[in-house]
Amino acid sequence: MNQNIKFIQGNEACAEGAIYAGLDFFAGYPITPSTEIAEHLAARLPQKAGKFIQMEDEIASMCAIIGASLTGHKVLTATSGPGFSLMQEALGYAVMAEIPCVIVNVQRGGPSTGIPTHVSQGDVNQARWGTHGDHAIVTLTASNHQDVFATTVEAFNIAETYRTPVILLFDEVVGHMREKLVIPEPGEIATVERLRTSVAEGVDYHPYLPREDGRLPMSDFGHVHRYNVTGLYHDMWGFPSDNPDVVHGLIRHLVDKIENNVNEIALYKELYLDDADYILISYGSSARSARHVIETLRPRGERIGLLELQTLWPFPADIVREKCRNAKYIVVVEMNMGQIRQAVQMAVDDPDRVFLANRIDGVFITPRDIRKLLRVIVGKGV
Amino acid sequence: MAVKDYIRERFFPHIWCAGCGHGIVLNSMIRSIETLGMSKNEIVMVSGIGCSSRICGYVDFHTLHTIHGRALAFATGVKMSKPELNVIVPMGDGDALSIGGNHFIHAARRNIDITAIIMNNRIYGMTGGQYSPLSGAGTLATTAPYHNIDPDFDVVKMAMAAGATFVARTTTYHAKETTDMIRQAILHEGFSVVEVMSQCPTYFGRKNRLGSAVDMMKQMKSITAPIGSKAARENPEIIERGIFCQEEKPEYCSEYDKVIERATQGQGV
Amino acid sequence: MERCRLVLSGSGGQGVITAAILLAEAAVLYEDLTAVQTQAYGAAARGGATRSDVIIADSEINFPKVLQPNVLICLTQEAYNKFSSIIRPGGLLITDTRFVKTQRKVDAIQYELPMYATVMEKIGKPIVFNICMLGVLVRKTALVKPESIMSALKARIPSGFLEMNEKALNIGMELVDTGSR
Repeated sequence: MNQNIKFIQGNEACAEGAIYAGLDFFAGYPITPSTEIAEHLAARLPQKAGKFIQMEDEIASMCAIIGASLTGHKVLTATSGPGFSLMQEALGYAVMAEIPCVIVNVQRGGPSTGIPTHVSQGDVNQARWGTHGDHAIVTLTASNHQDVFATTVEAFNIAETYRTPVILLFDEVVGHMREKLVIPEPGEIATVERLRTSVAEGVDYHPYLPREDGRLPMSDFGHVHRYNVTGLYHDMWGFPSDNPDVVHGLIRHLVDKIENNVNEIALYKELYLDDADYILISYGSSARSARHVIETLRPRGERIGLLELQTLWPFPADIVREKCRNAKYIVVVEMNMGQIRQAVQMAVDDPDRVFLANRIDGVFITPRDIRKLLRVIVGKGV
Repeated sequence: MAVKDYIRERFFPHIWCAGCGHGIVLNSMIRSIETLGMSKNEIVMVSGIGCSSRICGYVDFHTLHTIHGRALAFATGVKMSKPELNVIVPMGDGDALSIGGNHFIHAARRNIDITAIIMNNRIYGMTGGQYSPLSGAGTLATTAPYHNIDPDFDVVKMAMAAGATFVARTTTYHAKETTDMIRQAILHEGFSVVEVMSQCPTYFGRKNRLGSAVDMMKQMKSITAPIGSKAARENPEIIERGIFCQEEKPEYCSEYDKVIERATQGQGV
Repeated sequence: MERCRLVLSGSGGQGVITAAILLAEAAVLYEDLTAVQTQAYGAAARGGATRSDVIIADSEINFPKVLQPNVLICLTQEAYNKFSSIIRPGGLLITDTRFVKTQRKVDAIQYELPMYATVMEKIGKPIVFNICMLGVLVRKTALVKPESIMSALKARIPSGFLEMNEKALNIGMELVDTGSR
């Protein structure tokens, strides 16, 4: 038996992806349906001299990983809805102080305690706008274990490249389901390591002065460059400032470094889009049902295709517009009240062509649910 | 090294009001670090939000000025990921014990090798004089215009009950004592807590008619006495100063090293 | 192969979910098939009616849940009452005679076997009831080879328990062979 082939839960696939990416430090707090990530890493991390800590709550977990990132480590926390709500303030701190870190939210039904053991995709907009103030954020998702693994590695890569928190927005179905995962050989998926400053000891190091390419080389806490890190607006030294030029310059930098790279950050998969009259747009576990519908209808001659989004934020609006240009109808398949549907409507030329096939009752959306809506739109035997 | 070498002069003047006790704590802290002869590169100072937390900006260490109440959680991540660093966390009474109370308890429980300095001025100064968990019943604050009904609690007792292995109390009047206690707290292996009673003449003093900063410092001298001293024994109103607890117990990062040892030897998984 | 959709149901503690995982693992890790396993979470996992879905195929599986199982196993009356109606017409329904009295007539091939009683009689340990059930299942359906179930077991349990599990698996297969119905 090939030791690299696993039959495991999506949560474990995520944990393995993080280890592949070079995870050194995890802090978390138990919450359904994400707990298996913590359990898996509690066992796995110390085997490679990494650190695992169960903090007193999710706020502390988010704070602890930021602290550990500053000493030069790759860090992760994992949670679900209520815990993700608690993390929002510190998440904003990581945006402001430009701390590479990865946060997993295995979504369950909300608001509040909601429906903890059932599936939902209701946190899409929370991932985008959960923390206060203008900001940009990166959010990735996946529908199967191989992709959960790969997007987890990519989340770490993006976090290091752009010095930003990256949210992995999985859901209960993908998190708990068991299926095959083939762990890639080392090097098979590229990993981005921390960019450290080459400034020598005794020479002024400006922790918050971007290079020409927009990147900010870091210096680990404990090394020769001592600087200040703060959640206040700050100058190139990291020292608090309320100078309007400094404030404007920093917020523009924080937003532009993500939004100007939307196409580089955009991950997606497509199926039969070339001649598709009907396009399903989906993501996460919902995309599995969408794919099922397409694999059933294509052999019957229906010109239907799938755009599966893996990057939700920054929303790849240009790509969605381009892919949907010739479609008669676009159906967004998701388990919420239309959070990505809204983004799609804003992206495409004709928002009236965009429909929503959803489910918001804690039950996993079925191919039958999607076909029911297709029948309403198309009015024939699809 | 001269004391000045530990300061980021570029970032002065500081934001504290005239007469504030926090500058004395800063001074004592730097003097204690100076006597220990530590390299600035091995010190990380982590703070939250409030007047006291701004101390971070003024010292030439690795400094992490974070969010309200959570400094110890950030510090736990710093310390655990790189245990060779010395982590010092200056906090205000509201920062440490109200919004951050839970983190305080659990950092103490783990006995992680972090030095917590609680600058207790019994008020929220930065937001303009609201009552804190240590203001105490009967005091006045902008949010207690009819006198405060919230009882306070004893930081020393709570820290000890939660598992801190070094717990001390002093005041800004006793600057040399403060220097010595912070020095011992930093040397201590485990979670150490130093409560420094500090004056806020601008808000707590004015609201409660306690006079000038000097008056407030004199008062701290008169209401405190060394642990077990004659004055403390005779007057139950006296607040004791000194080291209440100093014991050796397993430290969190060292214990985690044993977890790594067990995991790499394939035990228990 | 024909895609097979299974629902394994019973009560928490009977090992239903473990059996489902073992079956799917055997298919994926030892027979190069595709499989997906899901289960009901929450209170059910700690007592009460529990359910795990397994799909085994030789091609990609997208929709991971089972709406209409080809094979339904019910190890308690509650599970039988709750799930017997969802079976695919002509499907296979396996129940244990100790725990389930079949009432309604569903359009299925019904297999009622004394799995629990036989395990208790020959081994005396209820803990391998679920492995006996797997024995029945693999003999009846030939979805995976019994050796693959044993390989999956070897990777999961201490070697000291392998013999007992193998015995339970064989008891299940023998129950099918002796034709109890």
